[in-house]
Amino acid sequence: MLIYCIKRIGLGILIVMLAVTLLFFMIHLVPGDPARILLGPRATPELIASMSQQLGLDKPLPIQILMFFANLFRGDMGMDVITNRPVADIVFGQLPYTLSLILTAIIGAALIGIPLGCYSAINRNSLADRVTGILSVACITAPAFVVALYSLLIFAVYLKWFPAVGAGEKGDFGDQVAHLVLPAFAIGLSWVGYLSRLVRASMLEVMGENHIRTARAYGLPERLVVFRYALKLAVLPTVTVIGVGMGFLLSAAVFTEIVFARPGLGKLIFDSISTRNYPVVMGSVLVSTILFVISTTISDLINAWLDPRIRASL
Amino acid sequence: MSKNVLTIRNLSVNYQTDQGTLQAMRNVNIDVPKGSIVGVVGESGCGKSTLISTIIRLLATNADIPNGEVDFEGRDILTLSEDEMRKLRGDRLSIVFQDPMSSLNPVLTIGKQMTDIQYRDKKTMAQKRQRSINMLESVGIPDPASRLNQYPHEFSGGMRQRIAIAMALQAEPSLLIADEPTTALDATLEVQIIHLLKQLQSTIGCSVLFISHHLGVIAELCDYVVVIYAGEVVEEGTVSDVFKRPQHPYTEKLLECDPANIAQKTRELPTIPGNVPDLVSLPSGCIFKDRCHTKIDRCDNERPQRIDAADKHYVSCHLRSPQ
Repeated sequence: MLIYCIKRIGLGILIVMLAVTLLFFMIHLVPGDPARILLGPRATPELIASMSQQLGLDKPLPIQILMFFANLFRGDMGMDVITNRPVADIVFGQLPYTLSLILTAIIGAALIGIPLGCYSAINRNSLADRVTGILSVACITAPAFVVALYSLLIFAVYLKWFPAVGAGEKGDFGDQVAHLVLPAFAIGLSWVGYLSRLVRASMLEVMGENHIRTARAYGLPERLVVFRYALKLAVLPTVTVIGVGMGFLLSAAVFTEIVFARPGLGKLIFDSISTRNYPVVMGSVLVSTILFVISTTISDLINAWLDPRIRASL
Repeated sequence: MSKNVLTIRNLSVNYQTDQGTLQAMRNVNIDVPKGSIVGVVGESGCGKSTLISTIIRLLATNADIPNGEVDFEGRDILTLSEDEMRKLRGDRLSIVFQDPMSSLNPVLTIGKQMTDIQYRDKKTMAQKRQRSINMLESVGIPDPASRLNQYPHEFSGGMRQRIAIAMALQAEPSLLIADEPTTALDATLEVQIIHLLKQLQSTIGCSVLFISHHLGVIAELCDYVVVIYAGEVVEEGTVSDVFKRPQHPYTEKLLECDPANIAQKTRELPTIPGNVPDLVSLPSGCIFKDRCHTKIDRCDNERPQRIDAADKHYVSCHLRSPQ
């Protein structure tokens, strides 16, 4: 297990480095001189030249990449061109909001979706199974921003159960949780449906396997057969999907944070693209990428912990 | 009755399919005397798996049992509640499945699986583990204490089948059902597993219902043999009677087709021409008539009755009937 962990984390670091390099080139492939774009149409050539120097754009490309990595290693992602604050400070200031939103959404979705899927699989083709099936598909097809708008309208404006905008008072935990409910619901709802369908399908598949017949032939209580012998195998694909799903949630967070006027990475990316604040865009995309790699790595590690065959495979 | 561990009388099993009712087994009678090994032989699709699933009551959901009884230690299994049935499974009644690769749980250690099935015993975990270690030792797994912490994929096919046998015999059942336990193994391993089964069977003193399509294995291991064709018992008797003096044409042909009995070099292996009849729309008369080389007029319309060919040797064929 330890060897697998080391290998898998090493792979994760490699992927991050590759992604960073790609990101670097993507920024440079965008047509136009970044310094010129930053300063606007009325900038003087001297100003552009000094900006290029400040951004290191006048150096050869390999040096630029090296500098980029070296700065990154020190936690330096450049300076915000508008407020002149370090990008790292801005991005890490916003990160907790997005992280709490995504984690609340996915944990909530897993806590509801996985038992629902199990229940559907055990009571296959019953009325309850069909009803959860229809509801699940309805949840999957509802886009996050639609759910966000309607939940805002219903639960915040009409019913006034939850606050509408913002992330709550700093230091007031209860207030922050109350502000988290609606946005998390908006991006997590489709995952409830998705996870319940997925767990149902893989549960049914596992329940049909030979070793489950063996477990039953030994007279093991059905509870033990389902929860120890089948579920452990059935959650494997779910864990993988959740790991990858974190990436989708990051993009769903962009809409949701705008709709709920909530601070966070998504809102930061949106705002900085509008103001062409490239260092901030780059910093937040970078952090999102790392977040995505971390979540897939964690899901792989969980799978390896659950399934000994995966441990032996890498 | 009391000298039999398992007595199957008039057992029929149907499957509801899209094509209609498939009569997988019809009026099957099988006796498994205490302490003996009974072999069930037949080709693919003859109802061997259905027979096993019926005995352990794990039939597919589209199956029903229109008639028959399965008497196990004086109780009709078919009338037991699901809870009572579960008490028998893995305790008085145990089973070794065909494919050792897929019949063990891949994400639980051997030790976990072997101690889980002792859930009925009021013993400490250490005692349960010791019991499992002793069982693994008796099936010839070296260094059993540390092997207990390993997962199925870390064992070879032969080892896994030994583990499956150890699991099945751990509770010292009165009846062990072996569903083609050697089919997935190569020939050398097959012999080892057969010897192991025979040796353990005599130590524990249980009865064995051994399902196979391999005649050589049946001859080597079993006391009695039951020949099944297309869901019906066509012949049964002691191994020496049935193999030396087969009474049913199907048994004769089956023995001829056994590669072990072919003395001369041949370009073509012998086969029984024709196919198993469609079990949805059963033909009248004898079930084997279309493939039989000794068919007479009676076979077309009259179903042959079970008759005594010799002491404890029964056959269902018009050729052997006194008329």
